[in-house]
Parts: sequence; C-alpha cells; structure tokens
Amino acid sequence: MSEAARTRLNYAGVAIALAFLILAPLEFHRYGIYILSQWAVMTIAAIGLNLTLGYAGQVSLAQGAFVGIGAYCAAILTTQGWPLIAAIALALVLCFVIGWLLGYPALRVQHHYLAFVTLAFSTLAFLVFRNESWLTNGTEGIDGVPRPTVLGLSTTPHLYYYYFCLFMLALVTLATLGLVRSPWGRAFIALRENPLRALSLGVDTRRYILMAFAIGSALGGLAGALYAPLVGLVEPPAFTLTLSLNLLMMVIVGGSGYFLGPFLGGLVAVLLPEWLRVVDNYYLILYALLVMGLLIYSPTGLIGIVDRFLVDRRTRAASAARAAASASIERP
Amino acid sequence: MTAVLEVSDIKKRFGGIHAVDGVSFEVREGEILGIIGPNGCGKSTLFNCILGQLQPSEGEVKLDGRVTTGMRPCDINKLGVSRTFQLLQIFPKLSVRENLILAAQEHKGTMMSRLFGPRDAGLNGAADQMIAFFKLTHLADELAGGLSYGQQKLLDAAMAFMAGPRLVLLDEPAGGVNLTMLGNLRDRLKAFNEERGATFVVIEHNMDFVMSLCTRVLVLAEGKVLAEGLPAEVRANPAVIEAYLGH
Amino acid sequence: MANFVALLIAGLATGALYALVAVGFTLLWQTSQTINFAQGEFVMLPAFFMLAAMHAGLPFWAAILVGLALSVAILGFAFKRLLVDPMLRHGVLPLAIATMALSTFLKESVKTFYSAEASPFPSIAPDAYLHLFGLSVSWQNIVVLGVAIAAVVALQFLLQRTRTGRQMQAAAQNPTVARILGVPVERMILYTFLINGALVALASLLISPIYLAKFSNGDTLGLAAFIAAIVGGFNQIRGAIVGGLLLGIVDNLSAAYISTQYRGAIPLCLLIVIILFRPNGLLGRAEERTV
Repeated sequence: MSEAARTRLNYAGVAIALAFLILAPLEFHRYGIYILSQWAVMTIAAIGLNLTLGYAGQVSLAQGAFVGIGAYCAAILTTQGWPLIAAIALALVLCFVIGWLLGYPALRVQHHYLAFVTLAFSTLAFLVFRNESWLTNGTEGIDGVPRPTVLGLSTTPHLYYYYFCLFMLALVTLATLGLVRSPWGRAFIALRENPLRALSLGVDTRRYILMAFAIGSALGGLAGALYAPLVGLVEPPAFTLTLSLNLLMMVIVGGSGYFLGPFLGGLVAVLLPEWLRVVDNYYLILYALLVMGLLIYSPTGLIGIVDRFLVDRRTRAASAARAAASASIERP
Repeated sequence: MTAVLEVSDIKKRFGGIHAVDGVSFEVREGEILGIIGPNGCGKSTLFNCILGQLQPSEGEVKLDGRVTTGMRPCDINKLGVSRTFQLLQIFPKLSVRENLILAAQEHKGTMMSRLFGPRDAGLNGAADQMIAFFKLTHLADELAGGLSYGQQKLLDAAMAFMAGPRLVLLDEPAGGVNLTMLGNLRDRLKAFNEERGATFVVIEHNMDFVMSLCTRVLVLAEGKVLAEGLPAEVRANPAVIEAYLGH
Repeated sequence: MANFVALLIAGLATGALYALVAVGFTLLWQTSQTINFAQGEFVMLPAFFMLAAMHAGLPFWAAILVGLALSVAILGFAFKRLLVDPMLRHGVLPLAIATMALSTFLKESVKTFYSAEASPFPSIAPDAYLHLFGLSVSWQNIVVLGVAIAAVVALQFLLQRTRTGRQMQAAAQNPTVARILGVPVERMILYTFLINGALVALASLLISPIYLAKFSNGDTLGLAAFIAAIVGGFNQIRGAIVGGLLLGIVDNLSAAYISTQYRGAIPLCLLIVIILFRPNGLLGRAEERTV
C-alpha cells in the first residue's frame, strides 16, 4: 500500500468514525447517549494518560485523582454560579500545576516506585474529597451540577451535552495530535525508549518528564470538569483508585503509545460493559474474561491487532517484491 | 592549535575500586585522539566523567576553557560535545530521519518553538544531507530497528554529528562492524574531520582502525595514562607492548 | 505500655500476614516480572475452596488439604500456563492489567456462584487469650504469627539450603546465565508460582477466621502486599518480610493512636518518604545500569 493510499484510507476512516459519532446518537435512547458522552469524557482522560504513560513512558496511577480534581472544580464553581468555561480553565491550570509537582518524584524514582507514589497520591486525593467537607461537602457530594449554556443553547438535553463533549474531544484530539507530531512528541518517545541516550543528545529529560505529567494531568482535569455536569452529582467514591486503574486499563487495552489507543480502550472500558448487560448478573465476569482473552491474544492492545495485520500485509508485499526481483535477475 | 578539551587529574572511585585514577590530557582543535588500553582500564568511565553521565570523584573537565564538571549531560551536549555509546543506542521505533532530527532538535529554538513550530524543527534538509553523507538515503524512512547492525552503527555515529558538534567522543565505533562497513565508517569519520574540522576522541580496540584513523594516541592502563604519542611511537613503546601482551 | 505492647503484637501478626502475601508477590516478580494485581483475590479464594470441601462433607483438616491442593493447581499452575506464559514477553503492564481483570473475574465469580455474604470460617486457633506478664494476647494472633514465621523460615531454608532453591535464585537473578549453566529455568519459574499458590492458601487459612470469608476480602490485602513489596525493595524476599511487618505495625498503631480522618494516608505518606530517600526500598540495592 502506497503512502498516499494509506493517507486516503486514514481520512476515510476518520470520516466514517466522525459520521457515526455525530449521527448514531440520533437513534439512541437517552441512556445510550449518556453512555456515549461518558465514553467521550473518559477518552479525554485516557488520552492524557496515554501521553504520560504511552508516549513518555512514565507510569501513573493517579489519573483518576485528576479527573476528580477537575470534577470538583466544575461542581464547586458552577453551583456557585460561575460559567463552566471558567471551571474548565481552573481545572486545566490546577491539574497542570499539581501534575507538574507530581512529576518530581518521577525524577528520582521509576517504574513500580513511581506507580506507588502516584497510587499514594490517588489515595490522598480521595481522602481530601471525602474529608474536607467545607469545600467538597464530604461523603454526600455535590448534587445538582448544572449543564452549561453553549452558544445560547442549554445543554440540559443529553443529546446537546453529548455534542458539546464530542466537540471538546475533537479539540483535544487535534491538540494532542499536534503535540505528538511536534518535536515534543519525538522527545517523549526518546524519553520512553532510552532516557540515557536522549540525555546525551541534549534532550532535557527532566523538563520533558515534568511536562508529560503536567499535560497528561491537565487533560485528566478537563475530563473531570466535563464529567461533573454530565453526571450532575460529584461524590468521592467515583474517584477512588479504581478509576485510575480503569483509565490505565483503557490505555493498555486500546494500545499504549498509539494515538488511537485511548479511543478504542474507551470503547472497551465504557461501552462493552453496557453491551454485556444482556447477560445480567454475569456481565462483569464475562467482561473480565473478554479483557483477559484480548490481552492474551494481543498484549499490545486492540491497535496491536490492526498493526500486526498491516505489518503482515506489508511484509508479504515486500517479500513478493523481493521474489519478483530475484526472479528477474535469475532470468537474464 | 588551541585545546578544545582539557581533562585534568580526573579520578573516579566505585567503592574501593579506582576505575579512573588521575588521568590528564588535552584534545586540540582538529585532531583525532585515539584512546586505547586493555579491557577494564577505565576508558568508558573516563568518557562518562567527561560527559556528565558520571560525576568524577576528583578532577576537572574544561571545554574551550570553561569548566563543565557537574553539568548535566544534556547541557554539556548543547555546548557542542556529542558522543556514541559502546553498545548501540539508537531509537528503533523512530525512522532513520526522525532519529537524526531528534539528535539536533534540542539545539535550536526554545521549548515553545519546538511545540508550536514545524514538525521537523527545520531540520529535514540537514537530516537528508547527513543521511546522504552516510549513504543511507534508500533507508531514510525505514524504522531504525529494521536496519542491519552495521547500518545502525552508521546511524548511531551520524546522530552524534547531527548538531554540528565541535567535539565528538566515540566509544568503540568499530565494535562488531564487518570489514566493508568498517572502511566505510573510517572514510566518513576522516571526511568529517577534514571537511568540517570536527575534533574526535575515539575509544577503540581495533588497532588497525586506530592506527589508520587517529593523529595521536593515548594509552590507558589500570586507570592511569601509560603512554601518549603518535600512533607509530605508541606502537613501538615497550611499556605498551607489555601492558597488552603481559609478561 | 501494656496496651502498646499488645498493639505491637497485633501489628506484628497483621504484618506477618502481609509479609506472607508480599513474599509470594515478590517471588513472582523476581522470576517472571509478573505484577499480580489479583494477589489479594488469590488469598480470598482458597477459603472458599476449603468451605466448599467442607460442604461436600470433608472434615476440616481434609478440607484444608483440598484447598491447598486446589490453590496450588489453579492459582499456581493454571494461572501461570493460561495467563502469564502467553504474555510474558510483552512487558510488565499488559500482564498487570490482565491480572486486574483476573481479580475482577475471581471476585465476581465468588459473589455470583457462591455468596455475596460473609461466611464464617473455622479457626485453627482457640478462641481465647493468653495471659503473660500482665499482657493478654489473643491466641489468634499468636498462631498467625507462629505459622507465618514458620512458613517464611521454611521458605528461606528451601531457597538458601537446597539445590532446587539455589537454582530458583539463579533463575531469578540471571536467567540467561542460569540457562547456560544447565538450570531448568522454566521449571524453576513454575515452582515459584506453585509456592505462591501454597503461600496464599496458608494466608487464606489464617486470615479468613478473622475477617470471615468474603468475596471482597482481597481488596485491601492485595494493595497491602503490593505496598509491602515496594517498601521492601520489590526484588528481595527479606525486603518483603520487613516491608510487610512494618506496614502491619504502622497500620495497627496509627489505627489506635491517630483518630483523624486522614489515618489511612499515614502509612502511605511514611512509605513515600522511605521511597524518596531510599529509592530502592529499605533493603534494596541499586540496580546499576551499564553505559
């Protein structure tokens, strides 16, 4: 397949996916639209984690905590009468700064120790959500988070808020695409693959590690700020370690370090359990089995399957070309 | 000729072991200095001390008269010193061109221009030139991981030259490279030295390679300088012969 | 003071349990880079094997043996063959995620197919207190501590003093060289999984009488094992023991003396400090990377 043909195929794929995302909800029930909105929101958080983990190679078990921080930002500000856009701005800035600070341990420790430090941060954030009642209303949580009005249109109907989330996801997608294709993206990959060599080529690994954490966390915060009006109720149990682990699963199951990974991982983590509800009580069991089966079949995730298929085709095409070439040499 | 690099009395201890035990030398503009010595004599450790990967226990490194001891490797690199490692260190999941762009992108512009500027950081042309110079043009868009060992070795060296360094430290560039590739590599290094006036320090075990490439040779043994001089002088030095051949 | 000592002993007993679970966790990591997020569920499950065997009419001691055997076979052998082996070459994270899914699977299966309620579990210790030097210590704690120590000592003996144990260590430290020296590395790795199966069955036997057998028992235990292993340096058994004991003591003491709502965070904060200042764990050695 030529480069141009691949590009055409990519464009076609994006167009089909986009058409589906825009048109499909028109046929969905309220609940279906709600779930699809949740997919869009959680995908934003997973895109952030994919930057930190998939591209820059820094393990984080704290992404759920950043979603929580963003959600509380939105809940607190919008119930006080502030517009959601202000809450989004605050969530982005706050999570960027906290993420930056959380990056500092990563300069000292790596791998499982880093996992532990971020895990502890996650637990701490949960305790703050639960205990600081003056700010977060404790275990009762903050109810009645209003939906924003966008372009003079109230997004109280699920469908309108879904389009708002989809629009934000599109923005994040474009911004992230720009980032991973910029020299920064190259530096992130270098950091993941071989930090020592990167350092010797002038890559300031310290600065890039901190930026990877800060940007990834900021996207987590954005997802949280969108999550709060979607659900309406923000309470501590939503942001335990389980959410962080779920987001981690989204990234790995989708395909860590692949741009499209989080989108597919989101399908598995958010939509698949809903589809499986037809089997009633057994759905979590079946779900766990499917995830294990998928990872056994393709440890590099869903994208890994597609990638393997494409590489196979290319190798076959290349060996066919080689065979043809050697045949023409042998036959003078 | 002025000294590009001055190393004075560098010592590095690991626990009770003196890996480098008081080494001093200088590298003059435009020369190719070879460093040879038996295994474990501290050559690679010396490199790591010069480049900031390790902090020397004692001693000082000066680059163009400026003290660089204590600086981080990325900052030393930005002053115009680049290196290769003993073991291959390329980025297998990036293409050949991307590897080369990476090797120079941090030397231009700012963090902001790298985020919002062009994807290639304005280095596509330079990368293509380097690719052509190392005769890798047909492989420019292949993933580096798919190259043969010799080709990867060439890429590794090419990366060290991408940012237009004043001084390049090569750690066993010829290790594991076959004869044809070896000649190729030597030609490229010589051409670099002559055409662009780049200064080299080369650690190498392959004597023929060292003798035919280097303008001056430093012999290390047990963390100390054993001898220093023109290749022919060093080869004839009885102390060197003994260090290599034993009693 | 007497109260403090009693707390310390209770903490040691909890810690010994954590250590038992963390040792198995560390063994799997050492030999096969498996981070087993289902380790907590591995401890939860054998109690149900034993309960099921008792329902089938077996006496308690026979049920223990059946539980142990099933645990070694399923949580040791089948776990390795079915889940770990296919994913071993693909890095740490996919396998870790798969074990997360496994933990959900085990938990939900017990909940759906056995019971969502807590089931009482017979204890091997008498339900009484031992009075000694003005202290009263529950037999429960003493037995837990005794059995855990015995298990760890036996394991250490196996690893240090037997040919197989030394081969296992060689396989863990440098599989390539071990293979060249004729160590059957694959079999050694399998052994560590079987040992882990036995250790979690033992832990299950000790812990279930205290917390009752419940599908959600693994939640806290798995996390505790993970934390203990990290604090201890992640790649050595001695470290896991020290980490487990420390965590147990800190847990119990902060539960007794600190009544703020942030109690749960105290062990974590303490451990973070340890990790930041001793990045390789309490007893860990730096893994030097050659340039």
